[in-house]
Amino acid sequence: MLDQLFVHATRGLLTLPGRMLPPALNAWVGLLLPIAAIAALAPAVMMYLTWLERKIIARMQNRLGPNRVGLFGLTQPLADGVKMLIKEDIVPAGADRLLHVIAPVTALLPAILLFAVLPVGRNMAAVDLNVGALYILAVSSISSLAVFMGGWASRNKFSVLGAMRAVAQIISYEVPSVLSVVAVIMVTGSLSLVAVVNAQAEGWFIATPWGAVAALTFFLSGIAEVNRTPFDMPEAESELVAGFHTEYSGMKFALWYMAEFLEAFAVCAFTTTLFLGGWQGPAWPVWPWCLAAALVLASARTLAGPLRLLGLLGCAWAAVALRSEVVPSWAWFLLKTYALVFVLVWLRGTFPRLRADQLMGFAWKFLLPLALVNIIAAGCWSVWPGLRGSLIALGLLVGSAWALIRVNAPASEQRRTYVLVE
Amino acid sequence: MIGVGVLKGMAVTLRQFVGTYPAGRVLLKALHLPEGNGIFTISYPETKQQHAERFRYFPFLVYDATPDNLRCVACRICEQECPPQCIHITMAKDEQNRPLKANGRTFPAQFDIDVSICMSCRICVDVCPFEAIEMDNRHEIATHARGPELLFDKTELLRSAEYFQQIKPTEAAVVNQRLVAKAAKSQPPKPAAASTPPAA
Ligand code: SF4
Ligand code: SF4
Repeated sequence: MLDQLFVHATRGLLTLPGRMLPPALNAWVGLLLPIAAIAALAPAVMMYLTWLERKIIARMQNRLGPNRVGLFGLTQPLADGVKMLIKEDIVPAGADRLLHVIAPVTALLPAILLFAVLPVGRNMAAVDLNVGALYILAVSSISSLAVFMGGWASRNKFSVLGAMRAVAQIISYEVPSVLSVVAVIMVTGSLSLVAVVNAQAEGWFIATPWGAVAALTFFLSGIAEVNRTPFDMPEAESELVAGFHTEYSGMKFALWYMAEFLEAFAVCAFTTTLFLGGWQGPAWPVWPWCLAAALVLASARTLAGPLRLLGLLGCAWAAVALRSEVVPSWAWFLLKTYALVFVLVWLRGTFPRLRADQLMGFAWKFLLPLALVNIIAAGCWSVWPGLRGSLIALGLLVGSAWALIRVNAPASEQRRTYVLVE
Repeated sequence: MIGVGVLKGMAVTLRQFVGTYPAGRVLLKALHLPEGNGIFTISYPETKQQHAERFRYFPFLVYDATPDNLRCVACRICEQECPPQCIHITMAKDEQNRPLKANGRTFPAQFDIDVSICMSCRICVDVCPFEAIEMDNRHEIATHARGPELLFDKTELLRSAEYFQQIKPTEAAVVNQRLVAKAAKSQPPKPAAASTPPAA
């Protein structure tokens, strides 16, 4: 019921004007409705991603984060939006005006377009494209063009440097990211994302050896492609002011930001879709485990009283909820995606920026060979179903990962000793 | 083992994250993990930080007992020494341009400090021979403009010796000692009243 809420709502909306409108128009409404939904939700999602990120990062640094505008700072994104809108829009002297204007738009468009093929829930994809996986790979790579356009048009050395770094990085990381998707396509035998999600009904791909490696490869190269923190060389504040968007201000800057956050969200959403079962709940029956956990928690003497009670209630609730499948499919999807968003922010809160050579080395010397081996592993896994295939795939992957680490290990560092003369 | 450092780093940030929530602290305690520092943000206007005693912002003028009993004699040493030149003093004079006196001392008719310029260096305090000027710890003086609102005049700068005693007990004790020693030194040749020679 709740599961298909939005599907029914759409259908209702479509039949309602269907009685009044001519049938030709009705088709247009059916087309425009998902577009409107995505176009309206994208900015909202992005705004609250910024809020979420600031909150989580703040907590990791033992701060409170935005807490003044509205309850828990919940209207902070709106205030930021207004601030961005009323700021002066500066185009630097000597800049290529046209490119400078259209670059952020070109960056934002593919980021929004990505969501068109995203299966958000059961029967909930705006379009079930039969080449969905190809579509996301193709569309997401447009952003490198936009980034270079913006950097070049700004006529600023920092912008160009940032843009060049961005292009090098995005192109490098595109390769392992595509190769990790190849494994999924091989196993499911379809490029449609809906089919990929359906194929994970018996088990999420991340639970298989090749799936785990592919998921890691895809997620990490995704983070690198959207220039997020451990891989944010193109925007390295300490070296490049702000990288390719140095010369952007006001709403154009906001558009860059929006593109970046939406792409980050898309990386999480597509990792969920491809490897974490999309909108599918856990494949194995969870409720017995929840009940068991509830019993264990309730009888744990070492825990504090209120904690035991809370745990018991929580687990019991989870058992009931999961048994009767009251958790709708889109909620599963959002849950998993936001968990990945948390991981994204968590990485940002933990790691310093990589050096340029480390960044490239990681893509070309580690992720790329591993992704190639992973394709073979996925092949083995699907040729020999059952434990045997899994073991072979596991052995292959562990062996090659070990070999790669050995090969890439830095030559033993020889400490120089300085002898002071007299 | 490669990658362990990465996971360890992530565990640290996660623990700090969880430790900022009361429930999270309970959880960490139950798991026998260190609880992290917890939130150390001070929600400023509601709760205020306890300043160190030596915190200083801009100077104030000290008076003893009553506000007209200023210690300042308008010698203008501080005005000359102030690096950004933010002190402006005029001595109180009568029509014949002779210094006026109150309580046996000359005194300033006007004593302005532009606190938007003051750089909190405390040089004025160090050079004043009469312990007449001390550093205040008031700091919530934000205004909407830089102009006259931040040009503090004598009445705004006046603070009692008790106030000084109250905000900076240690410093005040040292100053009082010096004042007592000075008084003892100038006591014996009482009739001379060396510091302020009789006006012409
Ligand atoms: S603290 Fe320094 S800057 Fe401020 S009034 Fe005194 S001498 Fe001038
Ligand atoms: S505050 Fe001190 S140095 Fe400044 S004019 Fe008064 S007595 Fe002289």
